[in-house]
Amino acid sequence: MSSATVTLLRPREVPATHVTQGRVARSEWTKLRSLRSTWYTLLITAVTTIGFGVIASAATASRWSSMSFADKATFDPLSTSLLGVNFGVLAIGVLGVLLITGEYSTGMVRSTFAAVPTRLPVLRAKVGVLALVGFAVALPSTLIAFFAGQALLSSEHIQISFSHAGVAGAVVGSALYLMLVGLFGLGLGTILRNTAAGIATFAAVMFVIPPLVGILPSSLANAIDPYLPSNAGSAIMDITVQAHTLSPWAGLAVFAGYCAATLAVGAVVLMRRDV
Amino acid sequence: MIDVSSLTKRYGEKTAVDDLSFTVRPGVVTGFLGPNGSGKSTTMRLILGLDAPTSGGVTVGGKPYRDHVAPLHEVGVLLEARAVHPGRSAYNHLLALAQTHGIPRARVDELIELAGLAGVARKRVGQFSLGMGQRLGIAAALLGDPKVLILDEPINGLDPDGIHWIRDLLRSLAAEGRTVFLSSHLMSEMALTAEHLIIIGRGRLIRDISVSDFVRDSSRNVVRVRTPQAGELRELLLAPDVRVSSDAPGVLEIEGLSSDDIGRSAASSGFVLYELTPVEVSLEEAFMALTHDAIEYRGSDSTATTTIDEPERIAA
Repeated sequence: MSSATVTLLRPREVPATHVTQGRVARSEWTKLRSLRSTWYTLLITAVTTIGFGVIASAATASRWSSMSFADKATFDPLSTSLLGVNFGVLAIGVLGVLLITGEYSTGMVRSTFAAVPTRLPVLRAKVGVLALVGFAVALPSTLIAFFAGQALLSSEHIQISFSHAGVAGAVVGSALYLMLVGLFGLGLGTILRNTAAGIATFAAVMFVIPPLVGILPSSLANAIDPYLPSNAGSAIMDITVQAHTLSPWAGLAVFAGYCAATLAVGAVVLMRRDV
Repeated sequence: MIDVSSLTKRYGEKTAVDDLSFTVRPGVVTGFLGPNGSGKSTTMRLILGLDAPTSGGVTVGGKPYRDHVAPLHEVGVLLEARAVHPGRSAYNHLLALAQTHGIPRARVDELIELAGLAGVARKRVGQFSLGMGQRLGIAAALLGDPKVLILDEPINGLDPDGIHWIRDLLRSLAAEGRTVFLSSHLMSEMALTAEHLIIIGRGRLIRDISVSDFVRDSSRNVVRVRTPQAGELRELLLAPDVRVSSDAPGVLEIEGLSSDDIGRSAASSGFVLYELTPVEVSLEEAFMALTHDAIEYRGSDSTATTTIDEPERIAA
């Protein structure tokens, strides 16, 4: 290739532009939508949230006539139809972790931080994009799970109405919980910067620690249990009054607090460490 | 313009960059040369603020990199380890970077064309060959039409066509008054591409020199002479600025005299010469001699040892 051709092909002047938070958010949206893992994890989140809720509702409806009086007394149509949320958290949590650890494991993070050397706008953009996308997938999922579940339960006339006090809040709140779980995963991933460590820590906090607390003396377990992240967050799905659990919105607020704290630590790590 | 001053970076006990100072000026291609593990990549990460220096500082265009509001217009970067997510297409990779600055999509298309990636732009980067990956990295570096280009081993993995392409591209970018700073561990490559050299070893500055000066300094001509009268010839030729060494009976290696001078002197004293050969020290050898002490990871196989030791003997 002659130097003349090179000169002709040489890039022409680009209009002067600069980094803004909004532009970084658009960039993060492009990054999020352009990876298959995003769509797989979101699909699994929706499928498990809806699927397990439907299965639990269908199973309860078919067993209802043969269930004991005690079982019937503790039956809650709302939390039965939202049971799948507890499984959906795993997929959306993994998405949150991958959103940042995928950058570190591939080296993409160096391109990212070379373009946005102040770094923090990148984390803020990831939080914003993940929150929007996560909620956009989670809300239809919890709504479908609820209405499909209640339709199945209505065969035994044990359904609950969407207009019943607290129900609409619980369904929307469950979607917020799923969204927040994604952000919690993002926070953990930002601190740990490693996919395996991020997912393992996430799974340990959400799924392994709660049963372990049950081993403790009951006075201690009862004091700790409501404040465990998964228990605090999933309180949003239960509008019946129970001992040793937080009220729905108080529980969700506690979980949001964990997310905020994790992301804050992540932000400090992000600004300080070499990449 | 890149201004590195007393830059030091330690990772625990290991000092990767040690009190390094140099300036990279606009308008010329500056080669950043050093053996593997000499601190080139670390220095580049420090310039970009990806790593924080232990002490000292560096500015690009008069400011620390982090203080630029439009870093992609200031500096274009190609980092050695492919800084790309393999699951993303080349197009989306470039688009995501462009969007941080509001650079239009048309510019992304233009660079895909320029880098010769049009046929594979929608393919996932994980399927790219090393050469394709390098072209993508170069496209990313040029995205913001930057004043400064920092390229870590840009020639790695490129085919001859690609090497030619990037050499021409870099020269024309420098000719427009841009600062072009590229690293390599190959002296021969730098001699063809760069006009100025920053040579480091073990994180320390060894030379800050123009390529032409380096070539002049290192082309100390050695003349190999084979003669049955080696001892006498040595006596005859020895002078304050002439060095004579021998590593085989009847063979002399003479530095500081031209082959013409040696032939004439030998003839006037009636010595018989079987061979009179000017031996040029290659740039690669001169470079290796220079960095010899600084090489941290020596090759353990015999070929590597030979190539490292040979220039030392010649230059000694």
